[in-house]
Amino acid sequence: MEQAKSSSRSAAASLAAPNDFFMERPDYQEGYDEKSKTVVRLVSNRHSRKNKKAYKVTNIEDVASKNNWKAWLYLAPAIIAVVIFLVYPLINTIFISFLDNYNYTTGSFSGLTLSNFGMILGLTTYNGVPETNFVNYAIPNTFIIVFVTVPLSTIIALLISVGLNSIKWFQKFLQTVFFLPYVTNAIAVGMVFSVLFDQQGVVNFLFHTDTKWIYGATRWTAMIPLCIYIVWSSLPFKILIFLSGLQGIDKQYYQAAKIDAAPSWKVLWKITVPLMSPQILYIVITSFIGAFKEYTAVVGLFNGPGTTNGDYSMYTIVYYVYDYLSSHTSWAAAAAVFLFVIILVFTAIQMQVSKKRVHY
Amino acid sequence: MNNTKKYGNFPGIRSADITLSISESGRTVDAIQRQEKVGHILSTILTYLIIGVLAVLVVFPFYWMIITSLKTNEEVIQSNQTFFPSIVMWSNYIYVFSAFKFGTYLWNTIVVAFFSTLGTLITTVLAGFAFARLEFKGREAVFLVFLMTMMIPGEMMVISNYITVASFGWIGSGQTLTQAYLAMIVPFMVSVFYIYLLRQNFKQIPNELYLAAKVDGKSDWAFLWKVMVPLAAPTLISICILKFMGTWNSYVWPNLVTKSADFRLISNGLRGSAFVDVETGNVSYGYQMAGTVLVTVPLFLLFVIFRKYIMHGVGRAGIKG
Repeated sequence: MEQAKSSSRSAAASLAAPNDFFMERPDYQEGYDEKSKTVVRLVSNRHSRKNKKAYKVTNIEDVASKNNWKAWLYLAPAIIAVVIFLVYPLINTIFISFLDNYNYTTGSFSGLTLSNFGMILGLTTYNGVPETNFVNYAIPNTFIIVFVTVPLSTIIALLISVGLNSIKWFQKFLQTVFFLPYVTNAIAVGMVFSVLFDQQGVVNFLFHTDTKWIYGATRWTAMIPLCIYIVWSSLPFKILIFLSGLQGIDKQYYQAAKIDAAPSWKVLWKITVPLMSPQILYIVITSFIGAFKEYTAVVGLFNGPGTTNGDYSMYTIVYYVYDYLSSHTSWAAAAAVFLFVIILVFTAIQMQVSKKRVHY
Repeated sequence: MNNTKKYGNFPGIRSADITLSISESGRTVDAIQRQEKVGHILSTILTYLIIGVLAVLVVFPFYWMIITSLKTNEEVIQSNQTFFPSIVMWSNYIYVFSAFKFGTYLWNTIVVAFFSTLGTLITTVLAGFAFARLEFKGREAVFLVFLMTMMIPGEMMVISNYITVASFGWIGSGQTLTQAYLAMIVPFMVSVFYIYLLRQNFKQIPNELYLAAKVDGKSDWAFLWKVMVPLAAPTLISICILKFMGTWNSYVWPNLVTKSADFRLISNGLRGSAFVDVETGNVSYGYQMAGTVLVTVPLFLLFVIFRKYIMHGVGRAGIKG
C-alpha cells in the first residue's frame, strides 16, 4: 500500500511539470517541441482547468473505448469458469430438485414434480417407505447448532476482544494465541476433540464422570462436544473482526464515560456494543450462514453421520446433501434448495432487524 | 488534580496547604484516586486472569494433541490421565507412516493446491484488471452477477458440479490420477471473492500511473504485469496462502470426486486412515494424534512465516479457502 502511495505522489509530481509547460504555451500542439527538444503529449488536465480551451485532450479516452473487445478477453477466463461452475450449477440444482426419477449419469427424468420436497420433509413415501432422516435429524440438529453456537461464540468472542483491547502487556502474543484455531485443519482438530472427549479421555478424567460423549453416545450428549468444538473453531475469526472494530472506536466516548463515572458493564452495553453494531451484524450474518452449513465438524468428531455404525442421528442438512448426492440426487438437490431458502429468509430477517438496531 | 503544582494566582498558597474533599462523601481526592488505582489494578488482574484461562482453553487441544502423539497406547487409555507422557514415544511418528500414507497425500495436496492457485491467480488478475481499469459496456452488470454468486452457499453448486465433472469423464470406475487431479482442480480455478478483493486493490492504484504508462506507449497487458501486479503483491500473496490453506483443509469435494483413496488429499487421508495398532488390532490414539500433528504442523509453519498476510487477508476475506 505504502508503495502505491509513494509512487502516486511521484507520478503526480512528474505530471505537474508538463502542465506548467502547457500553461506557458497556450498555442501548444501535441508532438515534438523544438524549444525543449522533447516529445510532449497531454495526459492530465487536472491542474489547469482554466486553460481547458488552450489544448485538447487526445488519445486517452479513445484508447479506453477502443479496448472494449479486449476487456472481454481479459474477463473471458473468469466468466467461463463462473458460468460453468457457479451460475449454471445454481440454476441446474434448482431445476433438479423439481425432477421426477432423475438419473444423473444418463440425465433422464420422467417429468416435473414437487415430491422431492415432500420426500425430504417426510410427507410422501418412496416405494412405500418414508424418508425420515431429514426431518428427524438433519433439520433439528442444524437448528440446534445454529442457535446454540452462534450466540455463544459471538458473546464469548466479544468479551475476549474487549478484554484483549484493554490490556497492555502480551496483547500481540495473546492475539496470536486466540487466532491459532483458525490456522488448523478442521478434520485434524475434530479428531483431537474426539480424543479429549473419549470415554477414557481427559474431560471425563477431570470432571470425574464416565459419560460417553462420542462413540455410543446418545444424540443429545453428543451435541455437547460438537457445539463446544464449533464454538472453539469459530472464535478466532470473530475476535479478529471485533478487535479491528474496537480499535476504530473513538477514545473520547470512553473518556466521557469515565468523567460520568459510568460502571464498566454499562460502558460495554451502552457504548461498545452500539458502536460495534456494524461488526456484530456482519459476524452474526456470516456465522449464521456458516453454522447452517456445518459439516466438517461432524465428520471430524464422529467420522460418520452418527455416534455408532448405522446411526444417522448426527446428520446436518449439508451432511444429508452430500450423503444423498449420488444415490438420490433429486432429494439432495431439494435439501440444498431448502437450505438456500432458509439462509435467505434468515439473512433477510437479520437485515430487517439491523435497520433499527445498527448504527453506522 | 496534581497537588505538587502551585495554585495559579494565589501567592503564598501552595498545594500542600489545600486538601480538596468531595462534599457528599467526605472523602479526599487522594483517597478517591487511591481507590481508583486499586480498582484499576484489580480489574486489570481480573482481565488477565479471564483472558489467560480462556487462552489456556484455546491452546489445550493443541497441547493434548502433541502429548498424546508421544504417549504409549497403554498410557492413552489408562484411567489415570497424565499431562505429560511418562515414556516419550517418538516411534509413534515412525509407525504412523505405515498406517497413514502421508507422502502420497502430501504430494496430491501440493499438486492440487499449486494448480488451483495458479488458475485462480490468472483468472483473478485478468478479471480484477478488467473490472478495475478497463471501461466497457456491461461492466457493472457483469460485476453485479459476479457479486450475486457470492451470496449463494457453495453447497448449492456441489451437486451440479459433481454432475458436470462426471460428464467431462473425470469421475468413474476407471478414473486415473490425472482425471482425479483435474476433477479437484478445475472447478476451483475461479473465486469471485478474490476477484472482488483484487479489484478493490487495483482501484487504489492511481489512474495517473495508467495514463503515464499509456504515454510511454505501454499496452494494457504490459501495464498490468509490470505495474499493477507488483503493486498488488501483498494481496496476491494473501490470496495464494489462503488458497493453499483452503486446499489443505478441503475434505468434501475430494472425497466425492475421487474413487481411490490414493488420489485424495491430506484431510481425507487423515480421516480415512485406520491408525490401527498392529499388535492389538485396536485404534491407536497415539498414532492418530501423530497423524494430526503431521497435518497441523505445516499450517502452523505457514502461519508463523506469513502471519501478517494471513491475518490481513482473513480480516478482509472472512472466508476459509
